[in-house]
Amino acid sequence: MITFTVNDETREFSGDPTTPVLWYLRDEMQLTGPKFGCGMGLCGACTIHLNGVAQRSCILPISAISGSKITTIEGLSKDGEHPVQQAWVEHKVPQCGFCQCGQMMQAASLLASNQTPSDEEIVQGMSGNICRCGTYPRIHKAIKSASKTIAGVEYYVPEKAGEKV
Amino acid sequence: MSQYFDLTRRKFLKSSATVGALVLGTCFVGAAPRVMAGILQKPSASAKEANLFVALRPDGIVEITCHRSEMGQQIRTAIAQIVADEMEASWDKVVVIQGKGDLKYGDQNTDGSRSIRYNMQRLREMGASVRYLMRQAAATRWGVSLDSCSAQQHIVSHSSGKTLTYAELVNDVLTITPPETDKVPLKKRSEWRYINTAMEHIDLKDIVTGKAIFAADVLEPKALIAMVIRPPVVGGKVKSFDAKAAKAIDGVVDVVEIPAPQGAPFFQPKGGIAIVAKNTWAAMKGRKALTVAWDDGKNGDYNSETFKKSLLATVASSQSSVRSIGDAESILAKDSDKLVADYYAPHLAQAPMEPPCATAMYYKDHVDVWAATQNPQADMQTVGAMLGMPKEKINVHVTMLGGGFGRKSKPDFSAEAAYLSMKTGQPIRVQWTREDDIQHGFYHAVSAQHIEASLDKNGAIQAYLHRTAFSPITSTFQEGATKAGSFELRLGFTDNPINTPNMKLENGEAPAKARIGWMRSVSNIFHAFAIQSFIAEAAHKAGRDQKDYLLETIGPDRILDVTEQHADYDNYGGDKSVYPLDIARLRHVIEKVADMSKWGRKLPKGRGLGIAAHRSFLSYIATVIEVEVSEKGDLKIIKSWSSIDAGTVVNTDTVINQVQGGSIYGLTAAISDGITFDKGRVQQSNFHDYRVPRMSDSPLEIDVEIVQSDAPPAGVGEPPTPVYAPALCNAIFAACGKRIRQLPIGDQLKA
Ligand code: FES
Ligand code: FES
Repeated sequence: MITFTVNDETREFSGDPTTPVLWYLRDEMQLTGPKFGCGMGLCGACTIHLNGVAQRSCILPISAISGSKITTIEGLSKDGEHPVQQAWVEHKVPQCGFCQCGQMMQAASLLASNQTPSDEEIVQGMSGNICRCGTYPRIHKAIKSASKTIAGVEYYVPEKAGEKV
Repeated sequence: MSQYFDLTRRKFLKSSATVGALVLGTCFVGAAPRVMAGILQKPSASAKEANLFVALRPDGIVEITCHRSEMGQQIRTAIAQIVADEMEASWDKVVVIQGKGDLKYGDQNTDGSRSIRYNMQRLREMGASVRYLMRQAAATRWGVSLDSCSAQQHIVSHSSGKTLTYAELVNDVLTITPPETDKVPLKKRSEWRYINTAMEHIDLKDIVTGKAIFAADVLEPKALIAMVIRPPVVGGKVKSFDAKAAKAIDGVVDVVEIPAPQGAPFFQPKGGIAIVAKNTWAAMKGRKALTVAWDDGKNGDYNSETFKKSLLATVASSQSSVRSIGDAESILAKDSDKLVADYYAPHLAQAPMEPPCATAMYYKDHVDVWAATQNPQADMQTVGAMLGMPKEKINVHVTMLGGGFGRKSKPDFSAEAAYLSMKTGQPIRVQWTREDDIQHGFYHAVSAQHIEASLDKNGAIQAYLHRTAFSPITSTFQEGATKAGSFELRLGFTDNPINTPNMKLENGEAPAKARIGWMRSVSNIFHAFAIQSFIAEAAHKAGRDQKDYLLETIGPDRILDVTEQHADYDNYGGDKSVYPLDIARLRHVIEKVADMSKWGRKLPKGRGLGIAAHRSFLSYIATVIEVEVSEKGDLKIIKSWSSIDAGTVVNTDTVINQVQGGSIYGLTAAISDGITFDKGRVQQSNFHDYRVPRMSDSPLEIDVEIVQSDAPPAGVGEPPTPVYAPALCNAIFAACGKRIRQLPIGDQLKA
């Protein structure tokens, strides 16, 4: 039995321990925010937080998350209040939107570890996430905006993901 | 309340037998009656065939049906903007309903950058008709003249100051004879409040909170998951298979063979073996455990290296004429100093971020399909044909598309799901993996081109010969076809804007040994690449500035009608009196983008500017790119600028976003690896060997200016793409003197 939390909810799993977390979230929990884009850790569409740090859920076996805290876009904020989500709205980043949950989870993790990333640090931090609609210039700008507002965010602290704050 | 309107439960009170007549009715979705408005398309049409609907509910909410597919171009928002503007609806009362596949809407094929072009007028008429009716209903209730009533933001006001809301007028309207649409006054442009603004798109909030529903996010019905192993070679078949190990996997419930397609590919599934499982992981494991022996068929010899040689050989000799003026051949035959260049570009895969996916539920007398499809009517057709059912019995629910780019106008995935549901009696979701998408696509054609030009003593092009050869899309619909359709040649080839007294354009035949399909802007990509690169090469030969030379080469302001030069040209289906090929507009975007980018400024060593301009989908665009090429040959795109003239535009921010995204999409042609074949099999499989632009490849700034224009609306989604690779290669040449004639760039800069 593997025990962990997803968006603050305690879960237990006793199936195939090699099951990637992505398919557990999508198929078992109906959390459809994390998307399937490549299944090989190459595109970032499936990005979630594992104990507050961005991870590719498509290649993360469920056996590796025992005792861990998983956060998906559904748990990033109650209703889109996270500074990254707000910056995404402000800059009207999305086109089709398919990659954007992964992009925002990646960006939230990036900003949690570095609140004032340089232009180059943003490029480095985000280049594992593909957007076929080509919204990169807007993603870059939105992260710069979010970095100005992220200090003092109280409702979601990635490194304390899963704890009530 | 159901998401979708159901025609059988709708009762129309009024209908007129003339084309363009407004249809009114009540509808009983849920409990409350509502005002419905639609427009008849054909004189013989009954009210039930009215093609579009706006419904005003008694609570004042306006439901606007979007019959085109949403794939990031924000068509759902644009359609609502148009209807709501003319209707004078208050934006916070607008709800968009996604239309199912239904012939009554007319064309639903969301490709060719034409959703706004085809629909703007009728959407305006419909919105304006409702506004007119609201005024009339109020006038009747008050016993005053129509002219004394005006409508604004969901409220009708009388000159005396009294008001009624649209909601209060719903029941009154049902007793009114609807006006003929051509009698309904449309707003003046100066009165538009939503059209031609940068309104936030209606799905933005759902997207940033992860609530938007894409094909794989459809939870009802709760489907079994199917993964299909398909013949690696087009035309191949299953010889034998062993499913024992696959069936032993926990969660695998069935193994079903999908029959091989008959005749030309069309949008038929490729056939193969499907693993049906309780969840995705079990389906994946089951597919891995399956062993299949294939019969490769006649395309098992497809090898990209060999094919490239044959295409280049084809364009090396004279081919059938597509357009001709003067006598280019004899001038070129005499010129020992002519400029000659061959260009080559490989197959590409559209690779939308969301791999193809569809869910289907088969019933004896109908089928429900939920799909990320660009054209639900193609799903109706394809699924119906596969199942032997009339297409009207196929209910296609269109989800949000995680990108389309042409891949999702070919619904083989929906037919797979429907077939498997029929065979198993269960709701089935077919999930394609990225490997499936890369290896079993409908590919952008591989192409070769040969261009020769003779320059006069001033450097002007006095004779121009251009041959193109590519595996044609016609082969997808006609088995063994080797001749390109004029619908492919007109994309940037037939309508070459070079102003020269002697021009010969030729097309050579080429077989297709893979399934060929549309990809965002289609053959414009390689045609613009060759023409715009060649003009820059000629500028260099003539010792001229690239931008000045480009302007001189396309010549003075004029309307170019290529049909006067023995060419078959349908102008993207646009009436040439409404959408002429207007060189003045092409010149204008070039001049504009030169200004934006401060063309001609001094740049540090290793930097360069390149320009390209092209008309496609009836829009005009010019792009300048600034690059840096290091001594080692590392390429960095510093910034790009684009000026686009798409006529009237509906959402200015969407247009900017599309130009930015379409630019980066165009980068794919330059920097991806291309799709190559050996022994008939695609050699790439996922994003590690089919690379697509990442943030580290892209400019972080793409400045876009929209030419403010009253011209009728033209395309937006595709035109930004074809100019990008040639502008980039021209910039690379300016930066380091290296000319790229073969795509992708690969390590050509390292040499
Ligand atoms: S789906 Fe996980 S990285 Fe692409
Ligand atoms: S917005 Fe479409 S893939 Fe990123």
